[in-house]
Amino acid sequence: MCLAVPGKVVEIFEENGLKMGHVDYAGAISRACLEYVPEIKIGDYTVVHAGFALSILDEEEAAKSFETWRELQAAAAREGVDLFGRPLGDFEDRD
Amino acid sequence: MSLQVKPENFGCPLPAADEDTVQLAHGGGSRLAAELIEQTMVPAFGDPVLSRLEDQAVLEAQLDPGERLAFTTDSFVVDPLFFPGGSIGELAINGTINDLAMGGARPLYLSVALIIEEGLPLATLHRVVAALGAAAQAAGVRVVTGDTKVVGRGSCDKIFINTSGIGVVPAGVTLSAANLQPGDRIIISGTMADHGMAIMSCRQGLSFAQPLTSDTAALHQLTEVILTVAAKPAGQALRAMRDPTRGGVAAVLTELARASRVGVMISEETLPVAGPVKGACEILGIDPLFVANEGKLLAVVAPEAAEEVLRAMRNHPLGRQAAIIGEVTAANSGLVALRTALGPERVIDLPSGELLPRIC
Amino acid sequence: MLKHLDEYRDPALARQLLAEIAAVTTRPWVIMEICGGHTHAIIRHGLDLLLPPQLELVHGPGCPVCVTPVALIDKALALARRPEVIFTSFGDMLRVPGSCESLAQIRAQGGDVRPVYSPLEAVNLAARNPVRQVVFFAVGFETTAPGNAMAVQQAARLGLDNFSLLVSHVLVPPAVGALLASPGNRIQAFLAPGHVCTVEGLQDYEAMAARHRVPMVPAGFEPVDILAAILLLVRQLEAGRARVENEYRRSVRPQGNPAARQAVAQVFQVCDRTWRGLGEIPASGLRLRPEFAAFDAECKFALGEIRAEESPLCISGAILRGERKPPGCPAFGKECTPAHPLGATMVSSEGACAAYMLAKR
Repeated sequence: MCLAVPGKVVEIFEENGLKMGHVDYAGAISRACLEYVPEIKIGDYTVVHAGFALSILDEEEAAKSFETWRELQAAAAREGVDLFGRPLGDFEDRD
Repeated sequence: MSLQVKPENFGCPLPAADEDTVQLAHGGGSRLAAELIEQTMVPAFGDPVLSRLEDQAVLEAQLDPGERLAFTTDSFVVDPLFFPGGSIGELAINGTINDLAMGGARPLYLSVALIIEEGLPLATLHRVVAALGAAAQAAGVRVVTGDTKVVGRGSCDKIFINTSGIGVVPAGVTLSAANLQPGDRIIISGTMADHGMAIMSCRQGLSFAQPLTSDTAALHQLTEVILTVAAKPAGQALRAMRDPTRGGVAAVLTELARASRVGVMISEETLPVAGPVKGACEILGIDPLFVANEGKLLAVVAPEAAEEVLRAMRNHPLGRQAAIIGEVTAANSGLVALRTALGPERVIDLPSGELLPRIC
Repeated sequence: MLKHLDEYRDPALARQLLAEIAAVTTRPWVIMEICGGHTHAIIRHGLDLLLPPQLELVHGPGCPVCVTPVALIDKALALARRPEVIFTSFGDMLRVPGSCESLAQIRAQGGDVRPVYSPLEAVNLAARNPVRQVVFFAVGFETTAPGNAMAVQQAARLGLDNFSLLVSHVLVPPAVGALLASPGNRIQAFLAPGHVCTVEGLQDYEAMAARHRVPMVPAGFEPVDILAAILLLVRQLEAGRARVENEYRRSVRPQGNPAARQAVAQVFQVCDRTWRGLGEIPASGLRLRPEFAAFDAECKFALGEIRAEESPLCISGAILRGERKPPGCPAFGKECTPAHPLGATMVSSEGACAAYMLAKR
């Protein structure tokens, strides 16, 4: 359910009394209703579902997640093997 | 309520001559029809055979030994008629040229038949006809015969176009969907899904930072390059060519796999998709593999010729972003599989109907 | 490059997460991904083929195409057949068969059925066509409800009397509760729906995790998100823990989206709802509040009693609960195919039965 794709707010305007915006997805621009993200500003990334922005993406949290995952990678890389004990880069053979 | 008598209400009940829209009378037998053909259609194509206005085009044709005729027909309906990068006019000319070219044919002659809905603004008709003429001229292919019909309002959607084409297939060229052999490489001439997403974006109210344009193009010069190069190393290195229009790359590859009783394996990471097209596909939940192209081709080439064909395609303006996207396999007969970026392979299931934006 | 999307498809990072999942998995576990969006991503990227064989993923009921009951689709068809009606719907629902037809077939017969991307488009259509009745098929979960609530509020603000919703909204937590309470339940952990939680927050999920002792992890929809979430679930399962861990922190806040929740509460109220394949689940849906009855297509149009029975052959309920597998169904591939589906799990191309049909082909 609930396909929603993150895009960058590039314009904010009012239409029929609603706070609306243009959202950029790698060059594709779509309209979205911004009523549910009242504090949003131009440049913020937002998740849009069926034409409605539902959240402002938290860049700090995103960076933190990657930090955790990169640590995981770094730990494995230090050992020089993956978690099956095989040399790194051997993964294509698995399937 | 009193009846007001005004002098301007009296008059001869002649049909009002609407100067701005297509009338049923434009369809045939009337002064309007003759005007339409002589003042609009004939000048747009500027062809001596068409200008004779005979019931048929009588054509000179001399075939060398081994050469054969290719003959194809296609009908074009599109909403909107005009879209970024083109119109139904370019589609109708380029589409039929491409159908000839995919068989290795050199396109020679086209027919153009219009079915027009009563009430279509004449200005729109003129734009469509101008686009048809310009596309034929740009491609260097002659429009030698044609027809126009007008149908009552509601009997068609604005304008439908049928084009047929005749071309010559050089001696020794026998391309067929049934020719594929395991190990053959699949080459695409450029980015996927540009045309379909340009059209769908018009309908879905999407816009683009840099206008997204349809890729409509006549591919016969590119196919000539491919034929020349592929003939060099091993004779018949070129197995088949197809233009992935409706149903996209996935539908064409499935047809090829079924016709040749082989499998096709494509690799997700090699599939060329322009950034904004990818963005639009993500928003609407649509897979670019299923989306129409109007100026791209898929060529299936023997492995030993693949690199050279690819190089030659990239040297042509219509093949700059050509890429090898997969290969023919003995396994998975009749199916197309995709190797995802993470490694696993999944069979591509063709959508059961029209592509629609989804929320789920 | 799509920021906040492409970096979550990094194959190297995904492989590392897969390796970590394999390393921490010591026993068989059954995990349900509730949301159809997760199912779609899992199949699209082939994640199910990369997980250790001990991990079984069960596709959940989180897809409006799958769970909208036949009777409601028949109501949609009845409305779409009316000459004064412009019937609008998300594209997803157009091909879903009711008792004997689909919206696409009604359109082919002359019905005015139009796919829309946003419910506000349907409101605009009503404003532009004052002599027609515009009905919007309001399907979906908690994620879609705020948009549909806004459409109703906007139609009210614009004073439109020719706009209405055919409401089939459903709620995730009651359905998950029903799955967990069923005697044959095998599900041990849940990949929770990231966009539902973006709207609703984590409270309900924390309550469920505690009450049923199951780990729950709201996840984003890209491979790295899904794998990271599965890793969190497996770690909890292996350690005997059961709580909510939020993988999708960049979008999901504990309290959800207050503005969206408030709009939904103003326009909708909780009601009982029948789910295709699962039957009636108490308090598992939303309907319009009485003060918005003028925008309720079921009140506005005399639709009469439409009762459609599900096929007695179909075992999709047991399949949705993870109790049985599609090939075990006597109708599978015989009476029931993707072209002529008998039940929920064959309707959507990502339904378990449809997926098995494709693999078998």
